[in-house]
Amino acid sequence: MNTQEVIKVENLRKAYGATLAVEDVSFEVMEGEIFGMVGPNGAGKTTTIECLEGLRKPDQGRLRVLGLDPQQESRELRRRTGIQLQQSSIPEKMKVWEALDLYASFYPDPANWEELLAQLGLEEKRNDFFSKLSGGQKQRLFIALALLPDPELIFLDELTTGLDPQARHAIWDLVRLVRAKGKTVLLTTHFMEEAERLCDRVVILDHGRIVALDTPQALIRDLGAEERIIFNLYTTLTPEFEKTLSMAGRIDVQGERITVNGSKSGTDSLVSDVVSLLTSNNVRFHDLHTEQPTLEDVFLSLTGRKMRE
Amino acid sequence: MKNLIKMTWVEAKLFLREPIGAFFTLVFPLVMLFLFGTIYGNKPSPYFNGYGTIDISVPAYTAMIIATTGLVGLVITMATYREKGVLRRLRTTPVSPLTVLSAQVIVLFLMTLLGMVLLIIAGKLVYNMRFEGNLISVLAGFVLSCLSFFALGFILSSLIPTARTAQVVGMVILYPMLFLSGAGFPRELLPETVKKISAFLPLTYVVNLLRGLWIGESWNLHLTELAILTIMLVAGVLVSVKLFRWE
Repeated sequence: MNTQEVIKVENLRKAYGATLAVEDVSFEVMEGEIFGMVGPNGAGKTTTIECLEGLRKPDQGRLRVLGLDPQQESRELRRRTGIQLQQSSIPEKMKVWEALDLYASFYPDPANWEELLAQLGLEEKRNDFFSKLSGGQKQRLFIALALLPDPELIFLDELTTGLDPQARHAIWDLVRLVRAKGKTVLLTTHFMEEAERLCDRVVILDHGRIVALDTPQALIRDLGAEERIIFNLYTTLTPEFEKTLSMAGRIDVQGERITVNGSKSGTDSLVSDVVSLLTSNNVRFHDLHTEQPTLEDVFLSLTGRKMRE
Repeated sequence: MKNLIKMTWVEAKLFLREPIGAFFTLVFPLVMLFLFGTIYGNKPSPYFNGYGTIDISVPAYTAMIIATTGLVGLVITMATYREKGVLRRLRTTPVSPLTVLSAQVIVLFLMTLLGMVLLIIAGKLVYNMRFEGNLISVLAGFVLSCLSFFALGFILSSLIPTARTAQVVGMVILYPMLFLSGAGFPRELLPETVKKISAFLPLTYVVNLLRGLWIGESWNLHLTELAILTIMLVAGVLVSVKLFRWE
């Protein structure tokens, strides 16, 4: 078990004029984990990450990143961290290989950029101008730039915003690959699905404050929300079977369409309970699917609002 | 050092990939030279104290290039880099701001130098241009002029929020200055009242200095220019260091 702290934030507070961006934010990020900050736009994610990167000065609070003070020891911090910013760019007419070669020269012991180019699937684009790349390719190049210092810690701010689902999944795979090399990842996202599928732990921010902090699974479990199994029968439901089935959960019948609401019993999931009841009773069914609560539901129940409002 | 060399090299390539910047620095002055050379030739003229149009135009056009790179090229590049987050991206790395700015200065200086060299070659080969100055002295005047104008450019670029504004402001400052300072067009041909205005334009001092050094005048005759350009340089560096923003 690795329990080394890579980031420690205590009571971070930052305001822009009269607008309070972040207040009383505290959390820790452990070595080797993918840690996500999630929340709607304006929740304070970028402010928090930029304070950690040393790009913004906190009004209050104690920050340690790799054991360093991001304000006082920013040069050292920049040598050891990789940063992908939400809003940044490289010159339009800079070629992909030129950017990597140039940025590699900034670090004392950079990663091999030729290898990164291949790993990120940008080899064919090496002689293309930055302006000619697609959104996904630009993001991959930024990840490559963030990996150049061969960093212990990598910051990714709104990594997949504006990408299509395919590009997004490809980027997720890359982030998992980075973690597999033993690096720590701190990312922000406003896609709950991204946080749920990618992060080991998430902190949910809303209006500059932490509303929840745990693994996505635990957050969903603590919600106590029910799972929902929906399927269609070929025949109508017999009263005897309805009684059997109701041991698994609450039943809602709409003609041949049956919905079972419930939480898992013991070690088996609700799905396997329902399916085994169906098969052991020789009831034929089709189009079975499940609906499970997501981080989106967690956010809704914690704040009373939907994420994308 | 390694990163400064690399950055300078990449910035030089970027400069040459931007057709408009490269055109106004390297091609446009030559076009002007051939245009006025074709019209007036380079015969000694009483208007110009016995020098020809080309003899006085090459140092004047050099001043024009200095003003163009310093007040337009540099300002647009820096404003674009700031607006698009290029500087922000660089700020996340250990590279020092001094390296980033030095690379810009070196590239613009070399491009301006190249522009002047092209003018000299064309003037010599096509119009048999006279050069009576001391090479070291002329180069010293050239370096001082470049740096003082680049310093002015850095101040402008710190004050200007976007690349678009930079373009407009650069042009608005540059064009009248080119005509009134004697850079685009010999000052001998300007009316007296206009000559009075030109005393307030920094570029006038570059034109006077370079034209004087070009025909072999001593620095002693140009102490005013030396003082004004040095003050511009020092003040420019101090102010732009104070004003510099990454974003």
